[in-house]
Amino acid sequence: MTIEQIYREESGRILATLIRLLGDFELAEEAVQEAFTAALEHWPTEGTPANPRAWLVSAGRNKAVDLLRRRACFAAKRDELARLNALAEEVAETPEETMVNDDRLRLIFTCCHPALAREVQVPLTLRTLCGLSTEEIARAFLVPLPTMAQRLVRAKAKIRDAAIPYRVPADDDLAERLDTVLLVVYLVFNEGYNASSGDVLVRRELSSEAIRLGRLLHVLMPEAAEAAALLALMLLHDSRRDARMSAAGEIVLLEEQDRTMWHREQIVEGLEMAETALAQGARGPYALQAAIAALHAEAKQAGETDWHQIVGLYELLLRQQPSPVVELNRAAAVAMAEGPAEGLRLLDTLEEQGALKDYYLLPAARGDLLRRMGRWSEAEKAYREALALVANEAERRFLERRLAEMQTRRAENLAGA
Amino acid sequence: MQYLLLIYDQESQWSKLSEAEQGKIYQDYGDFTQSVTKSGHYLGGNQLHPVSKATTVRMRDGKKLVTDGPFAETKEQLGGYYMIDAKDLDDAVAIAARIPSARFGSIEVRPIVTRGERA
Repeated sequence: MTIEQIYREESGRILATLIRLLGDFELAEEAVQEAFTAALEHWPTEGTPANPRAWLVSAGRNKAVDLLRRRACFAAKRDELARLNALAEEVAETPEETMVNDDRLRLIFTCCHPALAREVQVPLTLRTLCGLSTEEIARAFLVPLPTMAQRLVRAKAKIRDAAIPYRVPADDDLAERLDTVLLVVYLVFNEGYNASSGDVLVRRELSSEAIRLGRLLHVLMPEAAEAAALLALMLLHDSRRDARMSAAGEIVLLEEQDRTMWHREQIVEGLEMAETALAQGARGPYALQAAIAALHAEAKQAGETDWHQIVGLYELLLRQQPSPVVELNRAAAVAMAEGPAEGLRLLDTLEEQGALKDYYLLPAARGDLLRRMGRWSEAEKAYREALALVANEAERRFLERRLAEMQTRRAENLAGA
Repeated sequence: MQYLLLIYDQESQWSKLSEAEQGKIYQDYGDFTQSVTKSGHYLGGNQLHPVSKATTVRMRDGKKLVTDGPFAETKEQLGGYYMIDAKDLDDAVAIAARIPSARFGSIEVRPIVTRGERA
C-alpha cells in the first residue's frame, strides 16, 4: 500500500484518537499531518514498517506532545502553560493499546453536529473521516477551492470556540443525531452515485467512502437498524455502477442494463444487510428503498422484476416521505406493473399539482410512457419539454436520442399513411 | 465554558396573552432560574424592558448619534438573557431548551470569549 492509500484508510482513525487525547481538533490534525510527513521522510529509506498504523499512531502521539510543549512555550499565562505541559505528559504516557481505540464514532457525530450547517457537515466528514483532500472535496462538489477551504476552517473554529463536544450523544438525543449522520452519509453517496458532471473519478470515490462510512457505522452501532438499511441500500445501488453507463459514456436505463455487469458479491452482501435491517425492525425510508433495490437485484432479467411489490413499497415510502420525486418514481413503477396508461394518469395529477414544474424528469417520464403507448407526437412534445429543463450532459444526450427516435417514428407513420 | 443565552420572542404576542397566561410564564421562569442556580450553571440573567424603551447610540466622525428604539427592527425582539457556565455546547443547548420562551421564541446560544482568546 502506498502512503496515500494508508492515509486514506488510517488518518481518520488516528485523528479520532488524537482528538480524544488532546481535546482539540486542530492540534490533532496538525499532529496527524506531521506524522504522515515523517512517514514520507522515513519510509522510502527505512522501508515501510510491518505495522504502519502502529507506527503512525506512535508518531502522531509524539508529534502531539511536541506541539503541546511548543504551545506551552508561548503560553501567556502560567496556568495555560501548566495545563499544556500536563497534557503533554499524559499523552506521552498513554499506553499503545488504548491509543488504538476506535474513536471514529465520536468523530462522526461531532462532524455531523446540528450546530454545524449541512454544507459544512458533509465536507468535514469527508475531510476528517475519509481523509479526502480539500481539493478533492471542492472538485467533487463543484465549489471553488478557497470557498471549500474556508468552510472547513470556519467549521473547525466553531467546534473549538463554541465547545462542540467530542462524544457520542446521550441516549435521548441519539436517534435524532444518528438520523443526521445517516443523512450526511447518504448525501455523500448520492453525490458519488449521480456523478456525471464534475470530476467523475473523484465522485465515484465518494460512493466508496460513503459505503465505508456505512460499514463503520454498522460495525460500531450494530443495533442501529436504519444504519444497516442505509448500508444495504448503498451496496445494492453501487452494485450496478458498471452497468449504468455504456463505454461511450451514455446512460443505460435499468431495464436495459447488462445484469452480468452487476457486482454479485456486493449484491449478496447488500441483500444480507437488508435482511438484517428488516429483522432488526427497520421500516424507515432507507429500509424501504433498500427493499426496492433488493427486488431489482433479485430479478435475473428486467422482465422478472416484481413490480407490484415495488409499487407497494413506494406507497409505504410515500407515507413516510411524501415528496413529488417519490411520487414520480411510484408512477413509473405503476406504469410497469399496470401499464403506461395508469402511470400516465398519476403523472397528470402530479402535473396539475405543479410541484415538479422545473424538474426535467417529469416531462421525460411522460415522454417515456407516451412512447410506450405509441403516441409519437405527444412523446416528442414531452421530450422537448424535458430537454428545455435538463442540465446534465449525459441525460441531455439520452433525451435527444429519444427525441430523434420519436421524429423517426412520426416520419414512418406519415410515410405509411 | 461560559455562554450567553439570548432570549428572543415577538413582543406583540406577549400582550395578546391573558394575565393568567402571563403569570404562568413568569412562574415557569422563576422555576427555571431556581433550577439552574441550584445546579451551579447560573452566572446571571435579567428580563429587559421592551424595545419601545430602548435607545441606540452610535459614535460616527466624533459625533454622538442617539436614536429612539432598538438597533434594528426585527421580527423577534431581545427580551432577556441568561449567562451560564456549562461543560460544552450540548450542555448549554440543553439548558437553553428549558427556558420558557424557547417554546414560542428563539434562544440564541453564544459562547463568551475568554480572556487571551482571539474571537
